[in-house]
Amino acid sequence: MNQKTEKLIDKKGVRLDGRKLDELRPIKIEVGVLSNADGSAYIEQGKNKILSAVFGPKELHPKHLALPDRMVLRCRYHMAPFSVQERKSPAPSRREVELSKVIREALEPSIFLEYYPRTGIDIFVEVLQADGGTRCASITAASLALADAGIPMRDLVVSCAAGKIDDTIVLDLMDTEDKIGAADVPVALMPNLNAITLLQMDGILTLEEFEKTVTLALEGCRKIYPLQKEALKVKYVSVKEVEE
Amino acid sequence: MSSIITRVKQKQIAQLIAKGKRLDGRSLTDYREMKVEQGVIERAEGSARVLLGKTEVMVGTKIETGEPFPDTPNEGVLTVNAELVPLASSTFEPGPPDENSIELARIVDRGIRESKAIDVGKLCIEPGKKVFVIFVDVYVLNHDGNLIDASALAALAALLNTKMPNYEIEEGEVKIKQGYTTLPLKSRPITVTFAKVNDKLVVDPWLEEEQIMDARLSIAIDDYGNICAIQKGGSGYFTQEQVLEAAKIAKEKVEEIRKKLNW
Repeated sequence: MNQKTEKLIDKKGVRLDGRKLDELRPIKIEVGVLSNADGSAYIEQGKNKILSAVFGPKELHPKHLALPDRMVLRCRYHMAPFSVQERKSPAPSRREVELSKVIREALEPSIFLEYYPRTGIDIFVEVLQADGGTRCASITAASLALADAGIPMRDLVVSCAAGKIDDTIVLDLMDTEDKIGAADVPVALMPNLNAITLLQMDGILTLEEFEKTVTLALEGCRKIYPLQKEALKVKYVSVKEVEE
Repeated sequence: MSSIITRVKQKQIAQLIAKGKRLDGRSLTDYREMKVEQGVIERAEGSARVLLGKTEVMVGTKIETGEPFPDTPNEGVLTVNAELVPLASSTFEPGPPDENSIELARIVDRGIRESKAIDVGKLCIEPGKKVFVIFVDVYVLNHDGNLIDASALAALAALLNTKMPNYEIEEGEVKIKQGYTTLPLKSRPITVTFAKVNDKLVVDPWLEEEQIMDARLSIAIDDYGNICAIQKGGSGYFTQEQVLEAAKIAKEKVEEIRKKLNW
């Protein structure tokens, strides 16, 4: 309760973790980190540590779920019991069920589902440590895992949130800012198509503030996009060098 | 959530929308006929039935006492649950809630919670120990599209209709007394849902429009015209311009609905 009076931004416009208003947290991305998965990626964004793995395209089980004209995408977002302050029960919560759905729907528009009829892809996201904005970091990582699995895609999907704290619009909210802040707007984007594939919001914003926040979140996506591509290159360029 | 719809009809709906028309004669931003009835279940503390065209949703609220969450010891608790009852559609099956009903419940919940509709500070009985828990149960009775708007509206109607039992505390026990007060409400969030069909936005999609839509966008607006919750759904995408246009239309539509319902 007394946290509410605590300032999230100081007079110089510096946030609790030393960031500027439109500054992302440090991001580290690695592609191809799991040997058993067809594709995988690991992301660290601030204190977030998230693993994503893709299995497929493969025969779908149970079989009756298969579709005659396209591939079925399945997604499970899951938080490790030790990923948050108070132990989280490993059973899927309602929040995790919803996030699994919105993450799937954020990735779906990027994939040529019709190339693989009667098959399925499983996307698994495990949040090992959570620090606010896990759904965004999960999408950024999962899209790379799909690319790593060699799935034909229209573009990578990259995701970032912006929000309002202390009456100011800021980029990439961390845990404390998310909890105490006034609003949070996570967005996912296919940058080459200018297509927004995830959009959620909670909190209170005027129409003008909302416009500003979405614009800032999209800017954030466009800043993460090169990091995503770089991570892919690092894996595949190094493979090529070995071949040579 | 889909049932069969012929390709011919799909094409017809999509082509009409491209021309700014709809199969049922509405404009792209028209709602279907909206009926709100409150106090339909006497046993519930609050209740409402909303008809949006043929879509029918009933909401009942119940109030119990329970423990507050550790991080909000002085606040009452709101719990929203949604049931896609099998009698509402051949595509609904009995069993534990699936992702569609969980998402529906969480969208309704977010609208109420983020607009701070319920004055949860007034629902505290004993800080850290006992508070009132408000259960909002959404019951979908007939599915003809846009369950989100119908459910959010029915939930709000039921909350406006909810009676709080008078009580006193005797030796740490809550004793219910005679009489009621109304539930302390601070805001009345209303949700407007858009479907993207043929790259156009349509308000209040009915079932067949939902079956051919690329994506869905729901926007909740509070008493002051602020946006308080958003959810994109479906496996398509929106452009930034479409999102901002939707937000503007949503604000206008909510004003219209408030006028019509006198809320």
